[in-house]
Amino acid sequence: MTPASATEATPVVSVRDLRVRFATREGTVHAVNGVSFDLVPGEVLGILGESGSGKSVTLRALMGLLSGSRARVEGEIRVAGLDVGRLTEAETAALRGRTIAMIFQEPMLTLDPIYTIGEQIEETIIRHEGLSWRAARARALELLEMVQIPDGPRRLKAYPHEMSGGMRQRAMMAIALSCRPAVLLADEPTTALDVTVQIQILLLLRKLQREFGMAVIFVTHDVGVSDEIADRLAVMYAGRFVETGPMDAVIRAPRHPYTQGLLTSSVHGSFRDHRLEAIPGMPPALSELSPGCAFAPRCRHVEDRCVAADPPEYRVAPDHAARCVRASDGSLPVFGTATATLSPAEGERAG
Amino acid sequence: MTAAPLVSVRNLTKHFPVKGGVFRRTQGVVQAVDALAFDLLPGETLGVVGESGCGKSTMARLLMRLTEPDAGEVRFAGEAIGGRAGLSLRDLRRRMQMVFQDSYASLNPRLPVVMSVAYGPFAHGVRRAKALERAATLLEAVGLEPGLFAHRYPHQLSGGQRQRVNIARALAIEPRVVILDEAVSALDKSVAAQVLNLLVDLKERFRLTYLFISHDLGVVRYLSDRVLVMYLGKVVEVGPVAEVWAHPRHPYTRALLAAMPTMDPSRRTTEALVSGDPPNPINPPSGCRFRTRCRFAEEVCARREPPLSTLPDATDHTAACHMLAPDTGHSLAPAGGARESR
Repeated sequence: MTPASATEATPVVSVRDLRVRFATREGTVHAVNGVSFDLVPGEVLGILGESGSGKSVTLRALMGLLSGSRARVEGEIRVAGLDVGRLTEAETAALRGRTIAMIFQEPMLTLDPIYTIGEQIEETIIRHEGLSWRAARARALELLEMVQIPDGPRRLKAYPHEMSGGMRQRAMMAIALSCRPAVLLADEPTTALDVTVQIQILLLLRKLQREFGMAVIFVTHDVGVSDEIADRLAVMYAGRFVETGPMDAVIRAPRHPYTQGLLTSSVHGSFRDHRLEAIPGMPPALSELSPGCAFAPRCRHVEDRCVAADPPEYRVAPDHAARCVRASDGSLPVFGTATATLSPAEGERAG
Repeated sequence: MTAAPLVSVRNLTKHFPVKGGVFRRTQGVVQAVDALAFDLLPGETLGVVGESGCGKSTMARLLMRLTEPDAGEVRFAGEAIGGRAGLSLRDLRRRMQMVFQDSYASLNPRLPVVMSVAYGPFAHGVRRAKALERAATLLEAVGLEPGLFAHRYPHQLSGGQRQRVNIARALAIEPRVVILDEAVSALDKSVAAQVLNLLVDLKERFRLTYLFISHDLGVVRYLSDRVLVMYLGKVVEVGPVAEVWAHPRHPYTRALLAAMPTMDPSRRTTEALVSGDPPNPINPPSGCRFRTRCRFAEEVCARREPPLSTLPDATDHTAACHMLAPDTGHSLAPAGGARESR
């Protein structure tokens, strides 16, 4: 889909019909099944999805991290005008750091345990910008200050295990931002953190994003978190964007039954006097996707035409789209006004 | 609070020594749970919230006696636990059961799930056929059709289904109290909602009392009658959920609630009420343990530990902060004399 804002600026990331499959012993896993989007400079796109929805795989494809693995990547990914799929290894390496960088959920697994934080930041700067060690050290100190790590000179000498989870996440952000990338990919960076630390990291990320004018893709399973950071939201299910639109519109007037279900089953702001409208069943196995809408087996509005063919993306507003046949003819209630709630038991048996 | 407590906890303490160096000397002490006191009332759901390392899981293990406490007392319906006169562990665990976060690790991978559920009653002297029958009834109650699921192994089930089995197993010996330690935290949101609905139904059907431990404030608020907030091994605030959410008194509780996502893009959170990470629970700060992150901390906070005291205007709401009790020496404390502190 093309956001309204894309007409104003050239997208820094442009993805067309991305498909990723993994060959496994149990069969082919269809992780990403036709994802298209544009991201303009300075925009924050949230990708919301449950485990196995393909959100992390999409980020890895953007970063060029899937080549050489068992993955088959199809479709076109352009980052800053370059076709990621056609780059040599050296060209991809050059792209990372300065143009596109990534932060992960678990910094302990991302940082090298046998080097100090300072050495790891300096290495990145020297590698990409060719500065001297001395200049790199000065930059590293600035970066620690930027990510609000107090007591910089001492922290530069610390090893990852000597830092708390929040501090490690900040250190990883310092490395990722050391070369001022145009695009930052964030894969659940706050999921492993406590809530009081999570909000600090989100606020910091928002501040740095604004200061640098960075484009960010922020992947999360938590609608509340995406809501704190994203301008635009893409809801992902079984390897597809099932709904995309401005954060506000998607939260207030979700048009895809899956998005509606995610919101009504969320406990945000509800006391227990009303029952949660849970989505029955569970996400489909990506090795045996049947034709038609992947959400159909769990959808309370399912009809024959849902199973007959993949629903295309329908535009419900200039910048808001949903992949649901009922979004096309307005027959879907705009919010969870439907009353019949399947009991969870029935659902799981059906799934 | 007129009902006699079902579980009453007083001065419960567990410190873990940290050993290191060549001679394995004790280098510090993790005060995982320190002088904890609270009551669990019959029929209620008491939510326990706190960040990682605050001692919520240690507390659960101490209640179940999976870990031996260093000091303190737990009474079940007035009876002490252990000792010659008290409840035996076997009797305690017949009355109190637990569901853990990791649904896979808590089931025997080599047993069909119906056997896992039947094992408890069987071990407690129920005849095998009868135990299996009860297991089937319970699988049905948690929404797993016995004909379809009873003979499956844990790896053949999804996370949500496995957690249902764990719940069925916890209920198999008809306990009165179920401790749920992050029981829905590992599940996807859409599946977690199903399990939460199930917990609400089962509580009513089997007249259960829940101790619901979670780091997820939204889930705790949804499920609980009262909430207990822990910080570094201490209780900092206890009160009815609606009251605590509307008028959080302890600065830590306020910060926790303020850190929750707003779910409204037009009113995003603009500031974090606390900075930094929770401190290392090894050798925690003196006095009030929260003072190192508290924006209101004063000299008295380092000097003296604030007791958990009843708030003057709400008898069922208690908090441990020098700003709330009169004449503590904190500049923001209410003036003494006019009001009673307890």
